[in-house]
Amino acid sequence: MLRPGSYKGKLIVVEGIDGSGKSTQVDLLYKWLLSQGKSVYFTEWNSSELVKSTTRLGKQEKMFTPTTFSLLQATDFSDRWENYMLPMLRAGVIVLADRYAFTAFARDVARGVDREWVRSLYSFATQPDLTLYFQVPLDIAVERITGARAKIKYYEAGMDLGLSDNKVTSFRLFQQRIINEYENMIPEFGLTLMDGTLPVLDLQKRMRAIVKKALHGWDGLPNPLAPVRRSAKPQVTAVKVVEGGDKA
Amino acid sequence: MKEVQYYGAGFPYRPLNEVPGKLIVLEGTDAVGRSTQVQMLRHWLEEEGYAVSDTGLRRGQLCGPGLDEAKQGHTLGPRTLSLFYATDFADRLENQILPALKAGFIVLSDRYFYSIMARDVVRGADPTWSRNVYGFALVPNLTLYLRADVPTLISRIVHGRGFNYWEAGMDIRCADNLYDSFCVYQSKLIEQFDRMAAEYNFVTIDATHSVQSVNDDLRRNIRALFVQEKV
Repeated sequence: MLRPGSYKGKLIVVEGIDGSGKSTQVDLLYKWLLSQGKSVYFTEWNSSELVKSTTRLGKQEKMFTPTTFSLLQATDFSDRWENYMLPMLRAGVIVLADRYAFTAFARDVARGVDREWVRSLYSFATQPDLTLYFQVPLDIAVERITGARAKIKYYEAGMDLGLSDNKVTSFRLFQQRIINEYENMIPEFGLTLMDGTLPVLDLQKRMRAIVKKALHGWDGLPNPLAPVRRSAKPQVTAVKVVEGGDKA
Repeated sequence: MKEVQYYGAGFPYRPLNEVPGKLIVLEGTDAVGRSTQVQMLRHWLEEEGYAVSDTGLRRGQLCGPGLDEAKQGHTLGPRTLSLFYATDFADRLENQILPALKAGFIVLSDRYFYSIMARDVVRGADPTWSRNVYGFALVPNLTLYLRADVPTLISRIVHGRGFNYWEAGMDIRCADNLYDSFCVYQSKLIEQFDRMAAEYNFVTIDATHSVQSVNDDLRRNIRALFVQEKV
């Protein structure tokens, strides 16, 4: 189990296999929350500068084992947790995470590491206020991935597991294992189900309604860059101003 | 051959029932004389006809460059550094130590994860969490813990390589100067090792004696292991 958080902020997480549509949805949610005058911080899986060169080396040279892959991603997470996520949550910010510890619980176990072990690695992280799990049939996810991208990458396809010599076949087998792990986590961590087959707009409306309910009666850190008159201002402008400020 | 044992789940995707090699670990604080002893043991074992592989806390191929880079300037939190070191240790265990054991080598390891854990706990890591992280680690056939008190360590440092920043724990500033910081830091490490000695069945070797006498003591223990396990 993850421990309960003791902070003013809100942690909202999206999870799901590649091609489930979660990144599109969380990006729209991010922009909407900003337009609502909220203080929001967005973070992505495996994006810490600290381990970037090691990840690149390991991938290029195919040096990873399931254990070292798992530990390096935990290092990446820990760096983002200590330096960004936790301080932001303590400050009263809404932290939106595109993938969280559940990704490790699903993928690393699909790669063959022990379920309890990987959970203990992440025991310093907190249980999110809301975890939206994007459910999508494997066929649709595969179609989205193979249609949109030139090539599925080696580790993404789980080629290191030797499930199949064919990348697409390997990808399917690997993703199915990941789905099985996610399904087990629905009751374990109280994941909220999102139907990833719905049209983008419909799904976004549902997502906003769920988030609105979760944030009801809660006041986070005020955003000094928030638009004064929300409704009268074009949303895109508001987003750009804050994004620029965020990076500075 | 004895069945391979792990502290936790090990590597479930890499089933391994038994290996012909033996893992012998030398542990202890800085300046206790480990490296010298490892060298002497290696010569002795090779003369006796054993194939020996020595591995230490040198960085592995995967994380070596990244760890060096990370320690320069980046705002590394203690837990993050623990995990980065654990990644490096797992890389060396899976890619160097296990293959050597499978090939029937006597692996002499100059330090093991115990040292990393002592370092981490002194820096504030949760001991239970650290122990869980290393659930993938192989249980050595024998762990020889070279123990010397701080005054002995100091005389070795003064007449050897001199005080340095890391060995004095100056990154956590145990005191405002190298000497005092060294004393505080090494005492804390010894405390951690002493605790682990009982927990992990270390054979404690009094390392305040002469190099040769310590070596005799180590050999005696290794011979006993070989008799016991019929190597």
